[in-house]
Amino acid sequence: MKMHAKNRNVAIIGIGQTSLSSHKEDQNQAEMVHEAVRNALADAGLKIGDIDCIVHGNMELFEMQFAPDLWHSLGTGAYGKDEYRITTGGTTGATLVCAADNLVASGLYDTVLAIGMEKLQEGNTTGGITNMADPLWFRNLQTGALTGTTAQEIIDEFGEERAKRAAMRYRIMMDKHAMLNQRAHRRLGLEYSQMEDLMANSPPLVGELRLIHMCSQSDGACAMIFTSEEKVKQGTKNPPVWMRDHIQVHREETIPNLFGFNKPEVTHHLAARKLFARNGIQDPVAYFDVFEMYDPSAWWAVDWLREFFLLTGDEHLRMLEAGDFDMDGRIPINPSGGVIASNPIGATAMLRLAEAALQIRGDAGGHQIKKEVRHALASGFGGTFWSVLMILEKELNWQEVNHD
Amino acid sequence: MTMQEDHKDCFVLEGKMALPNQNFAGRLGSRFLIAIRDRKKIMGLKCNPCGKTFVPPREYCEKCWTKIADNWVELGTEGELVNFTVVRYGDRHLPKKPPYILGQIRLDGADTPLVHIVEGIDPRDVESGIRVKAVFAEKTTNTIMDIDHFEPV
Repeated sequence: MKMHAKNRNVAIIGIGQTSLSSHKEDQNQAEMVHEAVRNALADAGLKIGDIDCIVHGNMELFEMQFAPDLWHSLGTGAYGKDEYRITTGGTTGATLVCAADNLVASGLYDTVLAIGMEKLQEGNTTGGITNMADPLWFRNLQTGALTGTTAQEIIDEFGEERAKRAAMRYRIMMDKHAMLNQRAHRRLGLEYSQMEDLMANSPPLVGELRLIHMCSQSDGACAMIFTSEEKVKQGTKNPPVWMRDHIQVHREETIPNLFGFNKPEVTHHLAARKLFARNGIQDPVAYFDVFEMYDPSAWWAVDWLREFFLLTGDEHLRMLEAGDFDMDGRIPINPSGGVIASNPIGATAMLRLAEAALQIRGDAGGHQIKKEVRHALASGFGGTFWSVLMILEKELNWQEVNHD
Repeated sequence: MTMQEDHKDCFVLEGKMALPNQNFAGRLGSRFLIAIRDRKKIMGLKCNPCGKTFVPPREYCEKCWTKIADNWVELGTEGELVNFTVVRYGDRHLPKKPPYILGQIRLDGADTPLVHIVEGIDPRDVESGIRVKAVFAEKTTNTIMDIDHFEPV
């Protein structure tokens, strides 16, 4: 059996974003989508007629509109084209990317436009989240990313003081990155000198998960254009960024019960382990130049860095404490400010890939990493621990390793 | 022969959702509503290359993607009823008590129809092709209901 061996190579040739904000009264949904789409087309130097297929997604429970792809067609340009609608909750943006990658790699279409959007201001997020899981057997107690469990686990493992400082250091680092990104939603101007104050006084949400640790509710859209290697050879306006590989790992909620009280391998860890193995990447920290990670809260972020980089013990905390994840560190995390700064759900996971691709192109603007970015990692996430991990490359020169 | 379905001892968990939500008209849609509210005028947006005039408003021509957001043209407040349906069920979110006519009205000067309520004619007598005119609301709600309804000329 062949595991995700590509029929042909796929490149990102267009990236478009809107600003990310909780005040978009000036745009209706189709207008916001159109802004991202025309930015992506302008970035690629293409017209809507050059697009063969469109994949569209958001978390439709959040706006409480059925079939929003139809409502948005004035903005998407999908009229008269093949279109697929994808909605996988928080993961949507990453699933759109995976689908676009596969649609081009398969040869079904040459050029695919992927669009992720959310307008959380208009809808009712809690309604969507609460109705996420099966109410029959008390599984409707869904709070999305609002959970204090991971905070408690990190405290149990590393002690209260070190754990709390690690989460807050991560949070302030994200804000420092967001301050460099003009499009980011929440740019608070936090300083490390505020750590003790925020640890003690930020309003608690659940246990040691505090308001300052959590991601925002944002409005915004992201559009990306994917095309084949053959098309790239005919010339592109901006340098192509190559989609080397992606992997999706999804946990069905009731299956872990099979394992009793032994926790199964975290989806992030399984995704990273398999993806790196089949691409011959022995040391991901050394290999990658940037990681745009879907970080719904500072506590999850700290924990997930260990999972994604296949680290053990307190390696991730030591790296964080040493500044390895800073903008100028060994492996910068989320130069964009990440999900904690900006979270338009259906676009959020796609923004991770978009931002990673901009870093490779050197087009990230104020939050561009100083050193050259050749290899980038991006992740998507959603309920229920759906993990997507994607590898981007500047050059089309990697060795095929093992897809069996 | 009727199929017999056995529902004995099949239980149902009742739920109820009541959620607030919003729909943003946007700046362009709001300008369209302000013209109705303050000037009793219905405005369209014209794509010069295509020669088409759209209502309700849109920023870009959906045929050729020309930006038309500033190319306002005044439409007539009268037009032709080009299509209609009769709403025969009542619900809290609907604007009128049933039965009422929901029509597609192509205003003079427009190429696309505007959907609105048609009154002043019995649902049994209504037919496509009749001329109708806008009756503006006395009290504003900053919605499309600032046109209260259309009625036969």
